[in-house]
Amino acid sequence: MTTVEEPAGPAGPAAEERPIGFGRMKRKEDPRFVRGKGRYVDDVKLPGMLHGAVLRSPFAHARIVSIDTSAAEAHPKVKAVITGETLAGLGLAWMPTLSMDTQAVLATDKVRFQGQEVAFVVAEDHYAARDAIELIDVDYEPLDPVVDARRALDPAAPVIRDDLEGRTDNHIFDWEAGDRAATEEVFSRADVVVEQTMLYPRVHPAPLETCGAVASMDPVDGKLTLWTTTQAPHAHRTLYAMVAGLPEHKIRVISPDIGGGFGNKVGIYPGYVCAVVGSIVTGKPVKWVEDRSENLMSTSFARDYHMNGQIAATRDGRILGVRVKVLADHGAFNSTAQPTKYPAGFFHIFTGSYDIEAAHCEVTGVYTNKAPGGVAYACSFRVTEAVYLIERMVDCLAAELGADPADLRMRNLLQPEQFPYQNKTGWEYDSGDYPACLRKAMDLAGYEELRREQAEKRERGELMGIGLSFFTETVGAGPRKHMDILGLGMADGCELRVHPTGKAVVRLSVQTQGQGHETTFAQIVAEELGIPPEDIDVVHGDTDQTPFGLGTYGSRSTPVSGAAAALVARKVRDKARIIAGAMLEVSPDDLEWTKGRWSVKGDPAMTRTIQEIALAAHGALELPEGVEGHLEATTVYNPPNLTYPFGAYICVVDVDPGTGAVKVRRFIAVDDCGTRINPMIIEGQVHGGLADGVGMALMEFIGFDEDGNCLSGSFMDYLLPTALEVPAWELGHTVTPSPHHPIGAKGIGESATVGSPPAVVNAVLDAIGVRHADMPLTPGRVWQAMRHGQVEAPQ
Amino acid sequence: MQVPASFEYQRAQSVEEALELLGRFGEEARVLAGGHSLLPMMKLRLAGPEVLVDINDLTELDHIDETGGELRVGALTRHRTLLESPLVGRHFPIIHDAERVIADPPVRNRGTIGGSLCQADPSEDLSAVCAALHAVAVIRGADGERGVAMADFHRGPYETAVGAGEMLTEVRFPVRPGSGSAYEKLERKAGDWAVAAAGVALCLEDGRMTHVGVGLAAVGAGGLHAEAVQELLEGREPSPELFEEAGRVASASCSPVTDSRGPADYKRHLAGELTKRALRRAVARAAAPAAAVKEG
Ligand SMILES: Cc1cc2nc3c(=O)[nH]c(=O)nc-3n(C[C@H](O)[C@H](O)[C@H](O)COP(=O)(O)OP(=O)(O)OC[C@H]3O[C@@H](n4cnc5c(N)ncnc54)[C@H](O)[C@@H]3O)c2cc1C
Repeated sequence: MTTVEEPAGPAGPAAEERPIGFGRMKRKEDPRFVRGKGRYVDDVKLPGMLHGAVLRSPFAHARIVSIDTSAAEAHPKVKAVITGETLAGLGLAWMPTLSMDTQAVLATDKVRFQGQEVAFVVAEDHYAARDAIELIDVDYEPLDPVVDARRALDPAAPVIRDDLEGRTDNHIFDWEAGDRAATEEVFSRADVVVEQTMLYPRVHPAPLETCGAVASMDPVDGKLTLWTTTQAPHAHRTLYAMVAGLPEHKIRVISPDIGGGFGNKVGIYPGYVCAVVGSIVTGKPVKWVEDRSENLMSTSFARDYHMNGQIAATRDGRILGVRVKVLADHGAFNSTAQPTKYPAGFFHIFTGSYDIEAAHCEVTGVYTNKAPGGVAYACSFRVTEAVYLIERMVDCLAAELGADPADLRMRNLLQPEQFPYQNKTGWEYDSGDYPACLRKAMDLAGYEELRREQAEKRERGELMGIGLSFFTETVGAGPRKHMDILGLGMADGCELRVHPTGKAVVRLSVQTQGQGHETTFAQIVAEELGIPPEDIDVVHGDTDQTPFGLGTYGSRSTPVSGAAAALVARKVRDKARIIAGAMLEVSPDDLEWTKGRWSVKGDPAMTRTIQEIALAAHGALELPEGVEGHLEATTVYNPPNLTYPFGAYICVVDVDPGTGAVKVRRFIAVDDCGTRINPMIIEGQVHGGLADGVGMALMEFIGFDEDGNCLSGSFMDYLLPTALEVPAWELGHTVTPSPHHPIGAKGIGESATVGSPPAVVNAVLDAIGVRHADMPLTPGRVWQAMRHGQVEAPQ
Repeated sequence: MQVPASFEYQRAQSVEEALELLGRFGEEARVLAGGHSLLPMMKLRLAGPEVLVDINDLTELDHIDETGGELRVGALTRHRTLLESPLVGRHFPIIHDAERVIADPPVRNRGTIGGSLCQADPSEDLSAVCAALHAVAVIRGADGERGVAMADFHRGPYETAVGAGEMLTEVRFPVRPGSGSAYEKLERKAGDWAVAAAGVALCLEDGRMTHVGVGLAAVGAGGLHAEAVQELLEGREPSPELFEEAGRVASASCSPVTDSRGPADYKRHLAGELTKRALRRAVARAAAPAAAVKEG
């Protein structure tokens, strides 16, 4: 079912509504944030707390000859200096990554990227810790670095991971999906084949709060409490137990308010481990919070996919097949965060939203002397790269055929009756009405009128461009059978307890970083139980207080934990029915549910509210045989399939012919995330993602020079868009509920980040009449493209 | 959090005291004005002065006065004060053009004209503006005051005519009838340093351009004063052909380098393009000063 509604304004009276369930309402967490009362890791201050700082490598690739820490140790305020050697003694010099590789906590043999952790100083204050790291004398013997991933597999390339037994090259993995032979067959009979090489450059999540931890090992009871910036507190606790050999019940991970994650806070960083070791060694709590440059230079980046795409079609514009070859730059350690069996994430979805006959892709992962990580950054595990690839290829095909990009898409989109749809790499898209969504975006944009305006402007020598993208997302991992992280299945628990007075607490395994979970999850429970969201406390981010689960990334919170919250509320509702039956002295079968109450069928006066039932459940009421008191339930939700949000985006840009400067004039986004829980939160998520997308398309980029020096270590060089670089967003939506999800919700967190970059790039290229130019489309690069028809690799 | 190494802090209560402190500590001391260039460098530990002499109490250095055919601007005058001054806008719309695109409001609330000029970053917008306006820097030391023309003030990247034990106290701009000026800057995002920028100031006398000043930012240290362009334009009548020629000369006379802001050939192109644009607007403003006031 698709309903097409008009977008409501972001503010206005609707914003004041207080729904009991789904609907627009202001976020419950915002009063504390707008008052500056959020509590972040750096706000944690404990008695006797010490401060840590990390000494980092100035080289991209160098052998460590010696480390002299004596001067640092002599500093009057220094309490401990920890090196790789210290850690090796504890068996902690290396740690496993989320991709079954190992990563140095503190370097022992070599440094493998600029900014790599070499030593950790614990001192009485942060200033002294910083001063002391400058007193450590490291003797390095520089080695040739591998900076360009395309050179990583040259036979002469230096071997980066000589720590790995028997390793003689920089190759990490080969992975493929789809049907090679069938794809070759459709290509052989295609009228038109278009090929394009493109780079999705390395970018960074750049959360405003950098990463950090406060570790407090209680020397008396042996319990470690770790306040840390993590999107996945439970997974982190289990990993610390496995890595450090600490018993899991003696570890408590608390993820307090998190100032943005975007995937940057999925993995475990050496600094966290060092804070823990620092606390064990000194017997005092140790705080470590990285600075901006450390965050940009050493923590999880995203993308860095060198892609070659080919698209095959008939002369009249029917897309037959797609094939792709990818070279994936994973940096110095393969610590990408993704379900372990998926080395290229969910790149399978590069077939996009189109009804094609065959597809095939091959991905090769390589090591380079750059910061490790990858996948992170609002990308649903490589869906961003996949969507960019297919949406650029469709535009290249349109250019080749002389077709209108909107027409070409419309002609090839999957039709509503094709769902559930098996794509050509083996994934099942759950639901959608793609043509209605694209049509709606074109109507909102006034597409025909825009094309007329563009033609007129061209006559006058003005450069205006219109770019489209149509994306299909795949989010909400598991099922656990197929998806795990280091053996931990991707299924999430939820606990709900209704107190005697009818207020409730719901406990989640996932952890918000700004997505508004305290509101959304209260609304989900409210919708199921009829208790106002204000009366429902949402507890998350503390492993001692919440059930196990894998955390928040890949837009999985609502698809997975949202389902768990709805199901646990239904369990409570079912129990309430039995208790209401006892209260009303009727059989539960004779009761019917209307939001917030059970009533006797045909006799609405015979009714009990959920609040009355809660009191009775805790009171003196004689409960039926076998029914326990109280009103609570737990559940674990294992998703049967991923969910598939989608959307149609249209971007309008003006390009200054004299300078190459791009102005994003309009951006129309029509999203379908299935059932809409809180439209205001959805709009907020879309706004943020669109700004992200404009940033990636036009300015964000982590660059390196030929020696492997990172050139983007501050916000002066790593550019984030502001309100001044983005237009007033024009949003619309369609609603196609997911058929397999308890409330039909599909997830929205990453849609806009995934869908918007190709729309912006397509618009700029449409304006300047060039087939392809790699992001970021800074004025200089646009000018180069205008002048030479192509641009050099970004620097 | 990035933190600086330790340093000593002195807060001067008069220019004399500031000079005394600077004299006493010599090379180890640095003036602290708005701190928006110096403090970031200290936090990144690129600068490590042993003593900071804070001049923020010296209100006598925070002024804008018109006297004797000059506009005199105290070294401690904030970006924001310049931006909000109608007097500045009337005489020198180029300053308002530039101030609107320097950093962001929090930086403009604190950053000063003196700090901008003394920082001597080749990308500093006010340096190019002051060059175009043929401003004179007033430097004071224990032995008194001297005026230094802009062309001689900047000695190279991060190097000025201000010696140890001295400070910049004032910047003086000649006020001339029939003048017009404009600033054109290209940035990658709002508040970014210039990819390239061009400032032009001139007077129209009997339809001819006089007192022409052209300043370029971010296209090489030698580019601050585009003397070849000034010479080309001086005494000539404005015309589209001449503007094109001025753009070509500006391109040829600068020495940009390739970096993350853009390739050198692009910046060279921009120097020309932005010079042309600034020139057109400066001439238009000189021809119709009333419109310039409204716009500024
Ligand atoms: C985020 C950000 C963005 C910016 N963007 C831009 C931009 O787009 N364009 C631009 O032009 N600038 C930009 N700036 C720089 C800004 O304009 C600074 O404020 C200015 O460059 C320095 O002024 P200040 O008063 O803060 O100087 P300070 O930082 O206090 O001092 C700078 C230097 O000048 C010396 N000094 C200061 N005053 C005197 C004096 N009276 N006599 C002798 N020496 C003195 C100091 O000792 C120091 O060496 C930006 C700054 C920031 C932080």
